Parts: sequence; C-alpha cells; structure tokens
Amino acid sequence: MHEIDMTRALLASLQEWKLGHAPNAPHVHTVHLEVGAFTCVEPDQLVFTWDAAIRESWLQGARLAIEPVPLMGRCVLCQNPYEPNPDQGYRSPCCSHPMEEILSGRELRIRSVDYTFA
Amino acid sequence: MHMPLEDTIGLNLLAANQHQAEHNREQFDAWHLLCLNLMSSPGAGKTSLLERSLSQLAKEFSMAVLEGDMTTQLDAERLEAVGIPVIPITTGRACHLDASMVQGGLKLLADRLDPAELDLLWVENVGNLVCPAEFEVGEHRKVALLSVTEGEDKPLKYPVMFREADCVLITKIDLLPYLCIDMERLESHIRQVNPFCTVLRVSANTGAGFDAWHGWLHQQRNAQAPGFSPRAPLSRWEPAIH
Repeated sequence: MHEIDMTRALLASLQEWKLGHAPNAPHVHTVHLEVGAFTCVEPDQLVFTWDAAIRESWLQGARLAIEPVPLMGRCVLCQNPYEPNPDQGYRSPCCSHPMEEILSGRELRIRSVDYTFA
Repeated sequence: MHMPLEDTIGLNLLAANQHQAEHNREQFDAWHLLCLNLMSSPGAGKTSLLERSLSQLAKEFSMAVLEGDMTTQLDAERLEAVGIPVIPITTGRACHLDASMVQGGLKLLADRLDPAELDLLWVENVGNLVCPAEFEVGEHRKVALLSVTEGEDKPLKYPVMFREADCVLITKIDLLPYLCIDMERLESHIRQVNPFCTVLRVSANTGAGFDAWHGWLHQQRNAQAPGFSPRAPLSRWEPAIH
C-alpha cells in the first residue's frame, strides 16, 4: 500500500510549510488536496493512512479533504477535449489518436491549508 | 480563538521529495554525469540488463550503480562481480527509492570515488510498476522495462509508469518463440499512453537489440554534454567488504 509512502511525503511537505511560519506554530484544521485520476494515489486509502499517521503528531485532528480531478486529454488532431479511459486504450474517441496531450489528471497538489495560531 | 486562516499553497504533495530530487539533479549536473532511473515490475530483467550493459559499456563510459532493493543485497553482489562501483540501498518496507535515499547513496559513493569522474550513474529502482513512477530521484532520464512474459495489457494497466518513461525497453525477446504475444499490439499499447518515448526490443541473454539501446544512451549523453568525449574508465573498483 504505497499510500503510506504518499502520506509520509505529504507530511514532509507540510512540515516544510510549517517551518515557513516559525516561530509560530500553526494549528491545522483542514488540508485540501487535489488528486488526479491519472496518478498512483487512491483517495480513500490516502485518507485512511492520513488518519492513522497524524495521531499524536502536530497535525492531530486535521482533516484531509480530497478533491478528485478527472483525467482529461485533448485530441491533437481535432482539438476536442475527451476523457481518456483504459477500455479505449486512452485513445481519443473522435480520431482514435493516442493520448498525446493531458489537460488534467496528473495533479497531486496541496491546494490550501486551513489553520489557526494557537 | 482567531479566525481560521487559509494559506493557498499550490505545492505538489511530493514537494519535499521534489526539492531533494532537484538538489540531486543539480549535483549530477555539476559533476557532468547522466543519471538514469531504471524501473519495472519485479523480475522484468533490470539487473540482467545492467550486467550486460555495464560489461559492454565499461570501455566507453565511467559508470556507477545505486542499487535499490527492499531487503537483500543480492542484485548489488551480481553487479559488483562486473567490476563496476555499486552502492546498495536497502529500502526496507518502502517499495520505491525516493530522492533522499538516493542522496544517502550518493554520499556513500562519494566516500569511495570522485563522482565528477563518472559519465553515467545508474539507479536501479525497486521492482514495482506503481510507486517509482511518482517519486523522482533527480534522474535525467527514466527507463521502464517490460518483459514479454508480462503480457500486452500492462501499459494500459499501469499507464502512469509508461507515460513517465523516456525509453521503454521490451525485454526477454529471446523467449518470443515460446509465447503467444502480439508484439505490435504491445508496442501500440505503450504508444497509446505515451507517443513520445523511444521503444526498443532487447534480450540480455543474447544481446539482441543492445546496439540500439546503447545507441540511445550515447544519444542522451551527447544531448546532455555537446562535444562530450568518453573519459577513461575508472581504476578498478574494489568491492567493499560486507
């Protein structure tokens, strides 16, 4: 379950963010993430490992809010946006062209953090 | 109680890893070496590919290997037998190498030789088609291996890995006479998720396809360092005593 490693990576990134506020210690309420469909991350599993990982840490009680982002491509032949899917081999339905341009779906982004100072 | 604040961050979830990866890449650039990240499922033939490539390229390039393995040093021992510097990185539970593990390996390597003498640094990742695709280690090029016994559908089932690769090596082609596999279909599946990568067919057993594979390596090295001329190989590597 590599979401454990993803959670660790997320915690490391949040730790960097926290250091930017030093010497103040932010109390985090919610971390908003965007998770693309064309990544190796399963949102439900990420929330599960998040809840386990933050216990008794500086992030205790913080909620992870995940906004899924669909995979969208654009057919480079006719410029039509489309939703690539494995059953069609990720090809464009209009011209049956390979998935060349990806418009969205690769996001693994910490969009924002809601917090207060204790 | 203060009003809640909101910081808009817009950082990649893997930002901390990304920062370390960029730091690694800056070091590689300062040393004028080309770093390649080899990735595949377990048993696709990364170590066998390396054994042949290291032997054949030893006269042309100065090379070293950072060898990721979850629990053992078996692969590192195989590669050390070729006479190339190998630093084993045991990842424990982690199913991929990350940028800080590679930084740790670089420090061990730098204790033993001057990395600026190297032309190529190979990173053999942990066998896994999922996680290594998301964790950059500072490499200049990603090479994904897919063996003919794994089936034609793998590029569609693990699309992120194949999308990320700069070069896909279809390995173990000496087994083709014994298999029912449609190579055109397999290659077309790779190109459907990644029309940009180079796709090559190789066999580490027979050496088939290695001229093209090594040609690709030379091309990448030349693209990185215009006018590059291969340096003399390092003095013989003395394996560490374990």
